[in-house]
Amino acid sequence: MTTAVNGIRYDLRLVASWIPQGARVLGLGCGDGTLLHYLKTRKNAVCTGIDIDEDCVARCIEKGLTVLQGDINEEVRDYPDEAFDFVILAQTLQQIYDPAPLIREMLRIGRQSVVSFPNFSHWRVRLMLALTGHAPVTPQLPYQWHDTPNIRVITLSDFRRYARQVGFKILKEVGIDTDRQDRSGRIVRYWPDLFATYGLFIIAQEAS
Amino acid sequence: MSEYIRHDQQGLSVGRVEKRTFTFAQPPASMELACGAAIGSVTIAYETCGRLNEDRTNAILILHALSGDAHVAGTYSDLDDKPGWWDFMVGPGKGIDTDRYFVICSNILGSCMGSTGPASIDPATGKAYGLSFPVVTIGDMVAAQKQLMDHLGVHRLHAVIGGSVGGMQALEWSVRYPDMVESAVLLATTTRHSALAIAFNEVARQSIMADPNWNGGDYYDGKKPDLGLAVARMIGHITYLSDESMRLKFGRRLQDKADFSFNFDADFQVESYLRYQGRKFVDRFDANAFLYITKAADYFDLERHYGDGSAMAAFAGARARFLVLSFTSDWLYPTYQSRAMVKAMKKNGLDVSFCEIEAQWGHDAFLLPSDRLSGIMKGFLNGDNGS
Repeated sequence: MTTAVNGIRYDLRLVASWIPQGARVLGLGCGDGTLLHYLKTRKNAVCTGIDIDEDCVARCIEKGLTVLQGDINEEVRDYPDEAFDFVILAQTLQQIYDPAPLIREMLRIGRQSVVSFPNFSHWRVRLMLALTGHAPVTPQLPYQWHDTPNIRVITLSDFRRYARQVGFKILKEVGIDTDRQDRSGRIVRYWPDLFATYGLFIIAQEAS
Repeated sequence: MSEYIRHDQQGLSVGRVEKRTFTFAQPPASMELACGAAIGSVTIAYETCGRLNEDRTNAILILHALSGDAHVAGTYSDLDDKPGWWDFMVGPGKGIDTDRYFVICSNILGSCMGSTGPASIDPATGKAYGLSFPVVTIGDMVAAQKQLMDHLGVHRLHAVIGGSVGGMQALEWSVRYPDMVESAVLLATTTRHSALAIAFNEVARQSIMADPNWNGGDYYDGKKPDLGLAVARMIGHITYLSDESMRLKFGRRLQDKADFSFNFDADFQVESYLRYQGRKFVDRFDANAFLYITKAADYFDLERHYGDGSAMAAFAGARARFLVLSFTSDWLYPTYQSRAMVKAMKKNGLDVSFCEIEAQWGHDAFLLPSDRLSGIMKGFLNGDNGS
């Protein structure tokens, strides 16, 4: 997770704007805790983070955040139902080997969940593959095929279909177009499938 | 543990500290113990640094490990060449900041470092207790520390902090006096010993009891079981290190010689090191105290005592914020034991942070200067004001 030099990344700012004051928040793959620290200080949110990397976890605890070192797929299982108002999986879905069990756990322990990922159907990605025949490399997906941590390629419409397959509700969907450093951006109103660099979704369990 | 003690490289120190004692349960009163026996009077040695604020909300209690003492930081005099055992962590601006916090370090019941233990005089006989001293538990040690807190007028603890056997005391504090403990830092510790840990302690105890000088624990008027205690300490030191740290520290290097001696002197550096640590230990530690404290550590079982066998139930009454830290190369209290307590805390909805720190120095890593450890400690204790 890269952090913008001036303030926090545009997508994280947008996510933060959806979190109400005093919410209980769990950040999965929370990195150095930029978003959680923002939520804690600006929104009085009660935050917990999980990350697998010792350096990230240490930096989070140094900031005064509550953070656990561990594998998010395992760690989510210990929490009681609806232990959180929001569970946030920011730009990590594309790195999850088996997303369905994780998403089901997120929906169980959180009243709502936020999921965001780089959009693989952005026009630049499509064009690169079509014209050059190479696996796309973009500011949002800066890796070569052989060194990428992103083992899943997801498009906005793939995620909508996945929601129907797994059986969860999409409460909100926003496509954003960001600058090369993801520092600033705008919400894409028309054809987000083509023009959004990232998709951000709020999801919840289907009403039973 | 004292082999690591050295002065702070930046020269920051709490300065002069004083060893104090507090005595309670004086006859006809007495202190009831978990085993059913009662003793009195009871003395606990302690040390304080920093100042208790007016609201009495800034106290931190530090609990030491098996062979430790109350001397946590600073020096006793100008001639003192060694500061307290956690001098890198405790002091002005350090991980546990004495400019902010009133730090208390308490010795344990059963120890020989100034508190009542088997080497103390039994008022009933006028002689050292020896084995007539009742077997004490971690719970008893904590109950005695609670008396000390009452005496100091400390009714809220901003944090209880301990590593190893000190971590057991911190755990006990968090479930025994949940309304008093705001947060707990548990380093390289466990809610109960594994069979491996008990096994090492038992071999160490057997070594003491096999020494003819031990004499059923009655040796205070004659020769002490130094050989047995030295071997017990050698066993301890093996468990505090790790395969990796021993390989780096000693490998197969020989001690002051080019070839084998073809006798049973210390050929290898590791042999020489263990013999040195053993010899050094007998000068400062009582063999019976070693027996009692290791037994207390073996008996400690938070699950059994507070949760009817369930770790989740054991933490049901806890209220503290927790910070659990383990070290990758610690094979005495491995990370899986820390993870198990973290899991139980999570299931209870407790606020818990956990980090497994990469360290090659085994169980003793928490006693070694580390910016990472100090940074984490500071952030956790200072909370919102961390960044």
